[in-house]
Amino acid sequence: MTASAPAPFKKRVDGGAMAFRVIVALSYLFLLAPLLIVVVIAFSSNQYLSFPPEGFTLRWFAELPQQAGFMQGLQTSLITASAATLIVLVIGVSAALALDRYDVPGKAALSSFFLSPLLVPTIVIALGLVLVLGPLGLTNTYESIVLGHIGITLPYVVRTTLMSLATSDTSCEEAARVLGANAFTVFRRVTLPIIRPGVIAGGVIAFIVSFDEAVISLFVAESGRPTLPVQILRYVEYSADAAVAALSVVLIVFSAVVVVVVERLMGLKRTLA
Amino acid sequence: MTATQAIRTVAQGEHPPLQRSAEERRSRTRQRRTFWLLAAPAILGLFGSFVAPLLYMVRMAFNRGSSDGVIEETFTLDTFARAVEDPYYWKVTLDTFLMGLTVAVLCVIVAYPIALFLMRSQSRFKSVLIALAIAPLLTSAVVRTYGWMVILGGGGLINGTLIDLGLITIPLQLANNFTGVIIGLTEIFMPYAILAMMSGFGKLDPRLEEAAGSLGANRIRTFLKVTLPLSLPGALAAGLLVFVLAISTFVTPRLLGGGAVRVLATEIYDQATGLINWPFAAALSILLLLLFGAMIAGYQALVRKLGIDR
Repeated sequence: MTASAPAPFKKRVDGGAMAFRVIVALSYLFLLAPLLIVVVIAFSSNQYLSFPPEGFTLRWFAELPQQAGFMQGLQTSLITASAATLIVLVIGVSAALALDRYDVPGKAALSSFFLSPLLVPTIVIALGLVLVLGPLGLTNTYESIVLGHIGITLPYVVRTTLMSLATSDTSCEEAARVLGANAFTVFRRVTLPIIRPGVIAGGVIAFIVSFDEAVISLFVAESGRPTLPVQILRYVEYSADAAVAALSVVLIVFSAVVVVVVERLMGLKRTLA
Repeated sequence: MTATQAIRTVAQGEHPPLQRSAEERRSRTRQRRTFWLLAAPAILGLFGSFVAPLLYMVRMAFNRGSSDGVIEETFTLDTFARAVEDPYYWKVTLDTFLMGLTVAVLCVIVAYPIALFLMRSQSRFKSVLIALAIAPLLTSAVVRTYGWMVILGGGGLINGTLIDLGLITIPLQLANNFTGVIIGLTEIFMPYAILAMMSGFGKLDPRLEEAAGSLGANRIRTFLKVTLPLSLPGALAAGLLVFVLAISTFVTPRLLGGGAVRVLATEIYDQATGLINWPFAAALSILLLLLFGAMIAGYQALVRKLGIDR
């Protein structure tokens, strides 16, 4: 951070600039504090949650597979997040293709419709889902979680795919079509490779959003198919001990991978803003 | 000239008008069909996942419910009347509002330096620092709230350290109350505030500050007279966004509140799952949506205004 150029003919730069840097560093510390502390606890050998850590251990990680509730939650989360991601990729990419490539009245309205789930509180969507699925006897199933997650992940896939489509050149598709390829071949062999970064970034974000989502899963499947976040939520409600910390570190690492992938492909700021 | 343009130019230039319009109409019909065919699965998915639940919830609010889970299908304003008449729900709504307001103000204050720094920075690590500021968004709120429980709890980092240092003997009550929830939410929404401010700081030109400096203003004066007024709209937009997110969040009030923090979101959960009074839970959701919608509208109006100003 010392790289920002020191103004050569200003004398009073240093005091104020230093103070500003310190404030920025403290703000970053505050922002990252909960994640940092979770990492510290996960490797701390203290029997109970306490400070300061007395030693280093990998015990909490080694014990993770024996926690049946967490492992079951992990399985549920992996299944539902994968299913939701697959579905949302198929319907989201084709919707983005429609929005970008065809000029049809009502297009703008449809575009905001696809992004609208982000403008409604998740808890309200969650309640609505219970009201619809409960009487049908569909709560506490994989399907209920997947259905609930389609709405909140679709906007990300549509947005990232649209971003890729907007910068892509249609002349290659035109050429393929002129050379006799049918619509599906053109999409598979030409369009898809071009927009692949946006599709992957959207899929990765959809997966992590679904995987981390707690409220909809809590409402629609708390008793029958608790996902991992729901299991953690219920666990820490009664004891905020070190057992959860190791699991949290696994999830943090997982998120970090997603962050790096998305940053490389599309730029994190562009994708989430 | 791309192939598309070429084809379009040829198509428009060479054909007589009548023939073109017939052809165009046919192609437009075909286009429209393909469009809706491609969009249909997503529309259907969103309908099942989002539209139908919301509509059904609105309808449910006009039924009559009771605490034993029996729902009477009718069309009444009873549930809304109950929410309005019971002073308890006035307090819950007020608490929700105050919590949102406090979190919004604090969040803007702690996120402001980072946003300003990231706008200015010419560091090689700028993109890493931006990613670091936004990355917590992609970590589960449950995990981050757990982190705050560890920091603020009775035997947690702060209390443990203060007791070890002999500064206090009885742990401070930092969790299981509004204080803990507000601290946690302030941190959890920081990435949103940073993103909102960075896009709202468009008008902030470092040359203006240099000008103020060379005209003799000191740093503090430059900040107060130039930087702050110019960044205020962006900060306000960020504050509104955080407010909207804070009033509807569930996980953090539930966990860090430890049952002592009653806001609309926790109330909806209790009514829906504990008491199984669905009509009343739906009515409270509509209350939340109204509060939410009013603020979202304000936020979008503000953003639009900023966009025009820029």
